[in-house]
Amino acid sequence: MSPALAWTRKHLLGLEDLSVAELEAVLDTAQSFREISTRSIKKVPALRGRVVVNLFFEASTRTRTSFGLAAKRLSADTVDFVAAGSSTSKGESLADTARNLEAMGVDIVVVRHPAPGAPHFLSRVLRCGVVNAGDGAHEHPTQGLLDIFTIREKRGRVAGLKVLFVGDITHSRVARSDIFGLRTLGAKVGVVGPATLIPARLRELGVEVHYDLDEAIGEYDVLNLLRIQLERQGQNLFPSIREYARLFGLNGERMRRAKPDVLVMHPGPVNRGVEITPEVADGPNSVILEQVTNGLAVRMAVLYLVAGARGAVEPAGGEP
Amino acid sequence: MSRLLVRGGRIVDPSRGVDAVGDLVIEDGRIAPRPKGHTRADEVLDASGLVVVPGLVDMHVHFREPGREEEETIASGARAAVHGGFTTVACMPNTEPAVDNEASAEFVFLQAERAGAAHVHPIGAVTKGRKGEELAEIGQLARGGAVAFSDDGAPIMNAEVMRRGLEYAGMFGKPVISHCEDAHLSAGCVMHEGLVSTVLGLPGIPAAAEEVIVARDILLAGLTGGRLHIAHVSTAGSVELIRRGKARGVNVTAEVTPHHLTLTDETIRSFDPVYKMNPPLRTAADVAACREGLRDGTLDAIASDHAPHASEGKSLEFPAAPFGVIGLESTVPVVLTEVLRAGVMPLPDLIARMTAAPAKILGLRKGTLAEGADADVTLLDLEREWTLDAAKFQSRSRNCPFHGKKVRGRVVATIVSGKVFRLD
Repeated sequence: MSPALAWTRKHLLGLEDLSVAELEAVLDTAQSFREISTRSIKKVPALRGRVVVNLFFEASTRTRTSFGLAAKRLSADTVDFVAAGSSTSKGESLADTARNLEAMGVDIVVVRHPAPGAPHFLSRVLRCGVVNAGDGAHEHPTQGLLDIFTIREKRGRVAGLKVLFVGDITHSRVARSDIFGLRTLGAKVGVVGPATLIPARLRELGVEVHYDLDEAIGEYDVLNLLRIQLERQGQNLFPSIREYARLFGLNGERMRRAKPDVLVMHPGPVNRGVEITPEVADGPNSVILEQVTNGLAVRMAVLYLVAGARGAVEPAGGEP
Repeated sequence: MSRLLVRGGRIVDPSRGVDAVGDLVIEDGRIAPRPKGHTRADEVLDASGLVVVPGLVDMHVHFREPGREEEETIASGARAAVHGGFTTVACMPNTEPAVDNEASAEFVFLQAERAGAAHVHPIGAVTKGRKGEELAEIGQLARGGAVAFSDDGAPIMNAEVMRRGLEYAGMFGKPVISHCEDAHLSAGCVMHEGLVSTVLGLPGIPAAAEEVIVARDILLAGLTGGRLHIAHVSTAGSVELIRRGKARGVNVTAEVTPHHLTLTDETIRSFDPVYKMNPPLRTAADVAACREGLRDGTLDAIASDHAPHASEGKSLEFPAAPFGVIGLESTVPVVLTEVLRAGVMPLPDLIARMTAAPAKILGLRKGTLAEGADADVTLLDLEREWTLDAAKFQSRSRNCPFHGKKVRGRVVATIVSGKVFRLD
């Protein structure tokens, strides 16, 4: 079955309920789009005449840029809508903001919002397609897909591999999307971090929980280091950044306990010297920059598939 | 003299242990002596095939007057009560401003009188402005008609203040109704902490946030001898703490809402704020424990925690939406469908939890069809199948988590002090 046939969704809200076929549809589509990035003319006409709006209620550089560039390479028209200085600061509700944008004839809304479920909420009030670019601590599906894409590309498979997430699991939308997608595709997933930052019920999702990185590190094929938000200091989640770095930071010495071909990943932006030392971030096992490159291909694939789903491109109504 | 005859219904009055088919006579707004032989009447209500119970009592509602009248007024709330089969309600003092003085308690009474629907009794604040710091004028409030005291909506975090509240309200024979929630454990949280919150990435309120305060307040009730009533019990742990407290002889009673008897945190997977309330919907095990607590009497009363919110609030993204659901017009059908039909307890016991039990906690001579009592009566059709439609509610708000639910059982008529409201 061709990837486009396996995909019938008008929205990409999360990886939790995607099937193996749907996940593979995105990964396979992304594979073909990756080649476009290597051409001298990096553009295809797939979404010509369509409008993609980036609706971002949180600061983001790489995800917003990546979505914007992905849409442009598909020849879509793009608009960036950033919450600061917009009418949301005048008390306009999320639904009203989105409806107003839709009334201008938008085909796909790419939304990032601090509230878990905000994209799901928009998918109910809008007629256009909705792509989740991160909703609070819930999901960041394109990050999960690009992580999985990178693993699959490097290792040729996902099933049977062991992937370890290091750090703040509780507040991580990246961890959730990765866990859902990786588990569906048959990978084994573990987490390690402070007990205060690992939800108690995580084991029920089939995830192995560790508290000692030195003990766990040797079992895994992939290490995915999550960003630690420095403002969590003072919330009694860990005593200090220094102690965090000692216990859970990835450094050259710890790397010697890891498998020699272990993949080191980080969703960015990196706090160098906290989650990871520069020697490891820039070392031979690191695929951090490849993740960014792959992110573009994955987002092109997502926009392409969502736009092609039946009903996603109906005119949004309203006279000019 | 005007005489109303309610003829041929199954009269279920747990206050007197009555469950028999018969006639009920109402004279001048009061229950008359049992009729002998033929009874002449000015008005006859045919109750054959129906169940005739004492007017239902909801001891926990929020009417938003004064302050947020667009969401509910005392008049609209009193009408919603009657339409839901409730003839007496007690409303919480978390209005703006709070009911923390005699005049504001009397205001509630007067507004209800004007509305001419259900009887509405004010609950006074325990502390001034519901700030949890200084005791309100509890004695004056009691004189103004307050039937109980509560800072509901917020916990009294200072144990010393709670202790003094129990002691002082106890002097007037009034209960303190405790909203049990450790505000530090629940800060910033929007749903139950469990597997679902883990999956959804929403910050969770652990069951322990409720239970530590339930445990604390039972100890303080034991210490002071005051009357403690636990509002909206939602966890298995709370049920067990109350059960043990009662066994030890502590003066504690408790209530449970229809939603905590029927819904779980799984509903939040929809991210629909209509399922957002405080305490939050818990797990299936908690629902089962609440049902068992209701059956064995650990939980004395069913109360709706009717909490109206404007649709603009409830159409925000989940974390930004306010907590609370309405319940006055869905409680009876939901409880009949989900609790009675599920065989949790027999009808007379279930009716007792909505009549005699809450009336006793509030010290009201309500919830009975005894001779001489106010003629507050509710007529139920246990078999009627229909679909709940919040658009048809008398309440000014629509935040009902049971909207669209197919139910079996319906309120056919409500009689308030002899005044008949035919609802069918």
